[in-house]
Amino acid sequence: MDPGLIAQHTMNGLMLGMMYALVAVGFTLFFGVLDVIKFSHGDVLTVGAFTALAAFIGMRSIGVTSDAAQLLVILLVAIGTIALLGAVIAKLFVLPLRTAPALNTLLITLMLGTVLREAVRLFYPDGANPKPFPRLLPSDSINIGNLNLRLDNAILLAAGTLVIVGLQFLLNRTKLGLAIRAVAQDEETARTMGVNFNAVVLITFAIGSALAAFAGIMNGLYYNEINFGIGLYLGVVGFSAAIIGGLGSIYGAILGGFLFAALQTIGAVALPFASAYKDVFAFAVVIALMAWRPTGLIPEKLSERV
Amino acid sequence: MALAGLDKKPSILPGATAVVLATAFLIVLLRVENQKAVITLLAFGMVAVVATNWLGYFTPVARSFSAREDALGPFTVVAALVVAAVFHEDHFVLLMLCTVVLYTVATLGLNIQFGYAGVLNFAGASFFGIGAYTAAVLNQHTAVPHLLVLLTGGAMAAMIGSLLLLPVLRTRGHYAAVVTIAFALLLKTFLEVNDILGGPQGLQVRGMNIFGWSFNNNIEFAGIQLSFYVSYFLLSLMILIVAFLLVRRVERSWIGLNLDALRLDETAASCFGLNIVRWKVTAFLLGNFLIGTAGALFGMVGGFVQPNNYTFADSLILVSILLLGGIGNPWGVVLATVLVVIVPEKLQVIQEYRFMLYAALVMIVLLFRPEGLLPRPVRRYFSEWRS
Repeated sequence: MDPGLIAQHTMNGLMLGMMYALVAVGFTLFFGVLDVIKFSHGDVLTVGAFTALAAFIGMRSIGVTSDAAQLLVILLVAIGTIALLGAVIAKLFVLPLRTAPALNTLLITLMLGTVLREAVRLFYPDGANPKPFPRLLPSDSINIGNLNLRLDNAILLAAGTLVIVGLQFLLNRTKLGLAIRAVAQDEETARTMGVNFNAVVLITFAIGSALAAFAGIMNGLYYNEINFGIGLYLGVVGFSAAIIGGLGSIYGAILGGFLFAALQTIGAVALPFASAYKDVFAFAVVIALMAWRPTGLIPEKLSERV
Repeated sequence: MALAGLDKKPSILPGATAVVLATAFLIVLLRVENQKAVITLLAFGMVAVVATNWLGYFTPVARSFSAREDALGPFTVVAALVVAAVFHEDHFVLLMLCTVVLYTVATLGLNIQFGYAGVLNFAGASFFGIGAYTAAVLNQHTAVPHLLVLLTGGAMAAMIGSLLLLPVLRTRGHYAAVVTIAFALLLKTFLEVNDILGGPQGLQVRGMNIFGWSFNNNIEFAGIQLSFYVSYFLLSLMILIVAFLLVRRVERSWIGLNLDALRLDETAASCFGLNIVRWKVTAFLLGNFLIGTAGALFGMVGGFVQPNNYTFADSLILVSILLLGGIGNPWGVVLATVLVVIVPEKLQVIQEYRFMLYAALVMIVLLFRPEGLLPRPVRRYFSEWRS
């Protein structure tokens, strides 16, 4: 195959992988601090993308036309709102169920996701149909052979990398990060050391949800279209990615995200059947990976064996 | 001794009264068309249930149901037949009743997996769909007797489900959930892109035909015109009875005990020598078989199948029914299916919002009554024993 074409597919795969990784990191963060799966994560992402779109429409109607200003405002509004939403969800639906079986948390957040998704579909004006998302990044491109390198894609990739590096810094170099890691390791000890458990949990949920909002905007800017179903899909993919990586491990989540994107790209390009089967292939591989490594590629530290 | 036992045996009366009242309510509800009347009726029903609960009248009902199931079961079947007889001409109502009955069968299958063995299955609708697609293909291209098609639908669901056995057995908790969720998405995508199975448009399903008796013709019986759905309803009801008895027998037997032990503590169960793998496999396959059988008949009742009817959201509805009714209690499943299927159909205002309302309802149930509307009672091996 032509090297330019391969580079093109790699570029697309990297974009997808970045989005999946951002969502997967959220799942893994929540699992780290509370040992729960918050399945509404994907739909929180949808709400984030739609909040951004609403913010954009609001800006346009008051006459702000600068792309940079619009981008900055929609980022701030969406990320702020969604971080708050994440904390509220944790407070109302996740923390009260801490003593219940883990299945109940999974179910309540699944159902919450449905409520959010349906709310967007029913109550956002004409929310049942796909919505165009504005192009706010410069769309210049350069051609190298068959590779069409678009500037906006490069910016998105760089921004995603920056966010992940920033998260790493936050977790490993700051006091808040230390508290989050302490809670993840041992809640009781963390409490006795004076860590405010509830606050740390709420902040972690806010951070994870902010990442989802960022991924939602990224998705909108990349495809220039959003619909109420993106979250469900990205949520399931992100969940699968976090799981194949190994829950609780940030690196695992990133690895899982890029791996899933690679599988889809390979499924679409390199395999002998129609590219429509790429998801069938990717999910089949996920299931096979689960059978091979039941607790993910980078397993949790503790494992109960009989 | 027998007399002493009989003295303590709870009366059948409270249970029977509850069934009669519920049936009467259901008939009125199905009859009413005016939206205001439907809302009033539902509000009345809700107030009545809350008041009864508050006055403490539900305790004797629950007692008589758990002690005298042998008598109340057939009584409930008669009640269902009465409802069908009242609406013998009404295609729409009968279709709804068929849906209720077949969804109940599917949820009973899910109940074996979730409720007894604790095996997660978030792909219920996918296995339902496998049954329906099997029926579509077999009825179209082969001359397999249609009753056998139903069983084949179930077997197909169990067989395709067994592809998931290895990952399901090796994983636990959240990890197991992702296996079935991934499968649900995989199957829907597969059905959508596969041209042989009709793609997004789906396939027509030929109706049931047993020994030359075609189910898709209206029946004239002693001068009374019966809707063709009556035959489907009767067949569905028969399947439900068999499934219900099966689930009840399994629960009561040592198999049920093993499944419960396995769900409550896998480690402890295996320390006591239970074969975890065997029981998980049994529960998963048996559950899928029931779901697939119900799906096969549902495909024939509806007349066509398409991928959009078997999505992840539909699987979540099945799970909602189970949780709403009370995990592990077949009677709860029956009640919850009636609510979940019929209320949005009658209340057109909420039809559009039904997914959201179910989801919100399940959230409320999980927060305030995690054991469901009708919690699973403790097993009673000897009805004479005081509980």
